[in-house]
Amino acid sequence: MAQTLHDIPKNDPVAVPEQKAKIDRILAENKNLPGAVMVVLNELQAQIGFVSPAMQAYVAQQMHVPLQQVHGVVSFYSFFTTMPRGKHTVKFCMGTACYVGGMPQLIEKAKQVMNCDIGKTTADGMATLEVCRCVGACSQAPVIVIDEELHGRVRPNKLPQILKKAQQ
Amino acid sequence: MKYFRSHVLVCVDPECLSKGAHDVLDALNDELVAQGLIDEIQVLETSRIGGCTVGPELMVYPEGVHYVGVSVDDVPYLVEEHFLKGRVVKKFLAPPKTNTDEELGAPTSKEVRVVLRNCGKIDPENIDDYIAEDGYAALEKVLGGMTPEQVIEEILASGLRGRGGAGFPTGRKWQFARASRATPKYMICNADEGDPGAFMNRRVLEGDPHAVLEGMIIGGYAVGASRGYIYCRAEYPVAVRTLRIAIDQARAYGLLGENILGSGFSFDIEVRVGAGAFVCGEETALMASIEGKRGEPRPRPPFPAVSGLWGKPSNINNVETYANVPQIILKGAQWFASMGTEKSKGTKTFALAGDVNRTGLIEVPLGINLREVIYDVAQGIKDGKKLKAVQIGGPMGGCLPEAYIDRPIDYESLAEAGTIMGSGGFVVMDEDTCMVDIARFFMEFTQDESCGKCTPCRVGTRRMLEILQRICAGEGRHGDIEMLEDLCKWIKITSLCGLGQGAPNPVESTLKHFRHEYEAHIYEKRCPAKVCKGLIRYEIVDACTGCTVCARNCPVNAITGQRRQKHVIDPNVCIRCGICEQVCNFNAIVIR
Ligand SMILES: Cc1cc2nc3c(=O)[nH]c(=O)nc-3n(C[C@H](O)[C@H](O)[C@H](O)COP(=O)(O)O)c2cc1C
Ligand code: SF4
Ligand code: SF4
Ligand code: FES
Repeated sequence: MAQTLHDIPKNDPVAVPEQKAKIDRILAENKNLPGAVMVVLNELQAQIGFVSPAMQAYVAQQMHVPLQQVHGVVSFYSFFTTMPRGKHTVKFCMGTACYVGGMPQLIEKAKQVMNCDIGKTTADGMATLEVCRCVGACSQAPVIVIDEELHGRVRPNKLPQILKKAQQ
Repeated sequence: MKYFRSHVLVCVDPECLSKGAHDVLDALNDELVAQGLIDEIQVLETSRIGGCTVGPELMVYPEGVHYVGVSVDDVPYLVEEHFLKGRVVKKFLAPPKTNTDEELGAPTSKEVRVVLRNCGKIDPENIDDYIAEDGYAALEKVLGGMTPEQVIEEILASGLRGRGGAGFPTGRKWQFARASRATPKYMICNADEGDPGAFMNRRVLEGDPHAVLEGMIIGGYAVGASRGYIYCRAEYPVAVRTLRIAIDQARAYGLLGENILGSGFSFDIEVRVGAGAFVCGEETALMASIEGKRGEPRPRPPFPAVSGLWGKPSNINNVETYANVPQIILKGAQWFASMGTEKSKGTKTFALAGDVNRTGLIEVPLGINLREVIYDVAQGIKDGKKLKAVQIGGPMGGCLPEAYIDRPIDYESLAEAGTIMGSGGFVVMDEDTCMVDIARFFMEFTQDESCGKCTPCRVGTRRMLEILQRICAGEGRHGDIEMLEDLCKWIKITSLCGLGQGAPNPVESTLKHFRHEYEAHIYEKRCPAKVCKGLIRYEIVDACTGCTVCARNCPVNAITGQRRQKHVIDPNVCIRCGICEQVCNFNAIVIR
């Protein structure tokens, strides 16, 4: 999905002045560090929320590295996303403890409640559903993370109420 | 100024909020207004009281009464009883607590805290707290009068071995890096802790970051490095933040940077954050990632000590390995070597998970046996069930059956038993666990995390996963077991990195110790533990009171029945999710 800098969608962060300024600031602060590509992409993902094809092209151009390399890095790591995400992110921990603690059942139920599949964003753009690896709170398994907030010992009957947070 | 006779602190941390803490807070204020008490009693928000699992909780001062599980409807009664009549409401009283830290409790008699000694005790964001606990005294000792060779000698003599998995002697590794001529040299800390179920390193980074920094600086001096990198997984934002604060403070104190403590030795450390790739825990992949590339492993040799980060000599150790270093220097190699077994010295942290009464973080002397960990430290199996197996070593480790319970935990003994020490995952499984399903689960993990660079790992793990999925679905065939065994052998010897080489371990060890379970799945179409969906059926028995709870919770509406009459499950609709069984209060739902 390599993209040139010629036909950038109008709403792409590269084409929106405030966002572009943010991108430029991130580049200026980090691009001379050794191994800067990862650092820059990590910052973009954290501050903009995703790394669109046009952003990748822009980063490659500004850092004088082949677009192939930037794209290769973005596609390798699961943290980078190339599309905007839902307002909320719901992550279902599928680590050992949570798996053993009943996460598969919770996911089935959540899919039904949210009317949305794992890896997708709800039609209203409110929430993106994801499974994730152990978030390091196994003693509270099963664990669901909504945005930065951790919900432990989730029981199926409590699930709809917890998911409300991702629906508004 | 108003004078309040009493203060009510309402916990508004995420867990309590999710249980409606804000509503309780509002209700409290409303009720106090209604009762005319609002000028006497002040309601405040607080971040954590410590019993959050039972949801909205409050603390009343000056009495120091701790209420838990208070809902909006309970508020008027509580206000009337406690604040009007002055009677403590027993119903909501928090059960007496011994400990509020869910991850790291007070040590039991079999535990020894070396790496975790400061966790939860000092303020990780205050370097003075660390210094007050002998922090940076080891660094002073080293820079004040030890040669790099002496430092390495001390680490060698202590018998410290890498805590990141393979258990390579740390002193030897440092010797190799020291022997390399090229400069600059790099000191790398592996804080990628990717094993599912493991959080030992996170706790150290969040609770005692300076111990890791100090270990790295000492190591840097020993091998002659000028720069250090801590590669921390992106899933640990608090650890990253804590580390960065610690680094700034250490710099401000002259413990990092140019001419440390006036010794002429200069060394600085930077944190780099991963981006969610398990394979980046492998050392060569990790270095590629720091370089800003795809985190793909490369063949060794050359080893990092010769050609590592940016082709320069590099030393890489795990968080826990570094955290041990300052204390070895301070208390001496003899002290460290007095703990453990002949070849495995010191302590090891483990993240206990699964079906035990006490889960969380522990630190035990090496050589302790599984029985002591499970029955003494972890206080036995939950609900009086029977122990079935212990999974140690994460996705590249193996499952040990109950028969191994008296085995000491040390590097050699675990390897002999078919697993690895790994970084410290320790999952205890009771009789309700299906070992084929567990093997499938780990295979799913490794298959998904395979970076795809080499064929045996990429294709082999996929093939193994397909077979396991088939077996779990009740479609196992003659020859599947033999095929799995062949694949295990082939993937092990031909994969490029430790991920592929270790991926077959969960399958191999379950095949070895629980072969009968595979056979039951394949030949009898039966899942002995009643876990595998393709081989079980849910049924409602006569104990059903017709309360309708199950029907309302079934995600696919497979349950029908009139209120107060026995319900039935349509097996053709049922997706065997097990929710009904969990929510039924009358044990009326059984698995056949
Ligand atoms: C797939 C894979 C994942 C690994 N993950 C980690 C990890 O998360 N943390 C770690 O310290 N070592 C991990 N290792 C081991 C490292 O490659 C390396 O051996 C270790 O960091 C060396 O440090 P030590 O000698 O202090 O144990 C992993 C190895 C492999 C093959
Ligand atoms: S929850 Fe249990 S008792 Fe209630 S209807 Fe369902 S099976 Fe019957
Ligand atoms: S197992 Fe799940 S799908 Fe089947 S009846 Fe029970 S709740 Fe419904
Ligand atoms: S397995 Fe879910 S938090 Fe560790």
